[in-house]
Amino acid sequence: MFRRLTTLGIAIGIAVLVLVGCNKNDSSKNSDSLKKGEPKYLTIKGSDTMVHLASAWAEAYMEAHPEADISVTGGGSGTGIAALLNGTTDICIASRSIKAKEIKLAEEKGLSPNEIVTSRDGIAVVVNSENPVQELTIEQIGKIYTGAYTNWSQLGGEDHDIVILSRESSSGTYVFFQEHVMKKKDYSPEAMLMPSTSAIIQSVSQDVWSIGYVGLGYGAQAGDEVRMLHVKNDANSPAIVPSVVTVQDGSYGIARPLHFYTNGVPSGITKEFVDFVLSDAGQEIVLESGYVPIK
Amino acid sequence: MNTWQDKAIKTILVGSASTSILIVFLIFVFLGKEAFPFIWDPGFFELWQSRWIPVSFQEEVFGLLPLISGSLLVTGLATLLMIPFGVFGAIYIAEIGSETERSFLKPFIEILAGIPSVVIGFFGLVVLSPIIKTMFGLNTGLTALTGAILLALMAVPTVITVSEDAIQSVPRAYREASLALGANRLQTIFRIIVPAALPGIIAAIMLGMGRVIGETMAVLMVTGNAARMTLNPFDSVRTMTATIAAEMGEVAFGSHHYQALFWVGIFLLLMTFGLNLIAQRVLRKYQMR
Repeated sequence: MFRRLTTLGIAIGIAVLVLVGCNKNDSSKNSDSLKKGEPKYLTIKGSDTMVHLASAWAEAYMEAHPEADISVTGGGSGTGIAALLNGTTDICIASRSIKAKEIKLAEEKGLSPNEIVTSRDGIAVVVNSENPVQELTIEQIGKIYTGAYTNWSQLGGEDHDIVILSRESSSGTYVFFQEHVMKKKDYSPEAMLMPSTSAIIQSVSQDVWSIGYVGLGYGAQAGDEVRMLHVKNDANSPAIVPSVVTVQDGSYGIARPLHFYTNGVPSGITKEFVDFVLSDAGQEIVLESGYVPIK
Repeated sequence: MNTWQDKAIKTILVGSASTSILIVFLIFVFLGKEAFPFIWDPGFFELWQSRWIPVSFQEEVFGLLPLISGSLLVTGLATLLMIPFGVFGAIYIAEIGSETERSFLKPFIEILAGIPSVVIGFFGLVVLSPIIKTMFGLNTGLTALTGAILLALMAVPTVITVSEDAIQSVPRAYREASLALGANRLQTIFRIIVPAALPGIIAAIMLGMGRVIGETMAVLMVTGNAARMTLNPFDSVRTMTATIAAEMGEVAFGSHHYQALFWVGIFLLLMTFGLNLIAQRVLRKYQMR
């Protein structure tokens, strides 16, 4: 009996050692002091909205700088900021601003998040093209999402219940929409939370009485079954079509900046990459990807 | 004679055998450690509310009831759907079908078991949910029922394979005795073979339910994820697994939301634990006869 317990103890001990050992493998790949010609690593992580854009930047940059090796992953703005705080990414892409809570957490860890505005994005509110409703005010859209309006007839449409489609709460777009369109009120419990933008587009194209929100780039390419609503800032202002021009001149009401967050002022390859993104060539890519350049 | 080689090998074998105990133990410790602070602040009873609003500018509410009811609704519906398909399928393959049919059906069932759940979820989103929508005249096809059908689809291969083994292992003598006494084939199957194989069949259903309750990706894609308390199969529901998968990535480390998600994990673990316990009880009861 005693011998058995000892063997079991040894086995558990070994297993614990293995587990502890695994934890220490987080080697830091990216040191700044790299000789020319050696690969330079850069990791970018965060907002799903910005993944396509960041990949396009990374591809263009790597074409011009063959020694650079950039990896881009999504997961949501919050995931990216968490990764920045844990030191597992060099650049965090975020479609919302960093929260006060997160800044505090960063300071506790001795980090200083540095914000860089790279471009802008409009949020298009989409409905099925069979829905006769053409334009809504921001307030009306907000009231649909909080559950104050539940039927299209209350908004000058046909007598059908509204199917509310939202992104998941891990999405930067979810928080942005809640803050700026819903005036910080809670989402209706009836709101369906979709795991991705493409799932929203898919549902809106199938469900005639649904409403959803997506990035301008996705909305413009969504196909014939999906239509972007024209949005009025208030009841008396004109209805604005979401487009690159109206987002850039500020007349379209539901728009936001797209950020990079780095730890401190960028240096080395991170700085070179940021400079490229803000250059004319980088901003040209913004336009090609369906987003809005800053200048 | 115990040489040192014997001892070394024995240590390795004991170690491998007890790894799973260790891992289960560590998982419990870890879940408890992350979830525990919630009991004092904001308080354990905060988990028993009927609303789940984890991200809010007003007031965050972490009621688990809608998530638990969502999981139970989807699992219950999926179980109702998978029992007839799984059990009758197994009976046909084991007792009625010819050898050729067997060799044709079995590989396909195994292929169904091997399809990744994302693929099944995508199929559900694009093909099944429009069908459900038009069939029942709903506004949207993203319902608890859609999720349950997909989950039943995923669990049926498990149920068939395990129940078929159970039916096959009923002694040949039972069959022959029954037929010799003048019972026809149908009577033999439903009065002799199925009751004799019942513990195995129940274990098969429990295994299927275990797969259903823990499945994440497919339900995340097709149930609509609206966190509301309902028992209507045509409503959208948010399951516990989908909640963890969708929210864990964003959550601030150590926040109330983070702790509440670990509570979701604990309850999920307790539910599967309970399911296993019941399955074992049932098995033991029948085996004692």
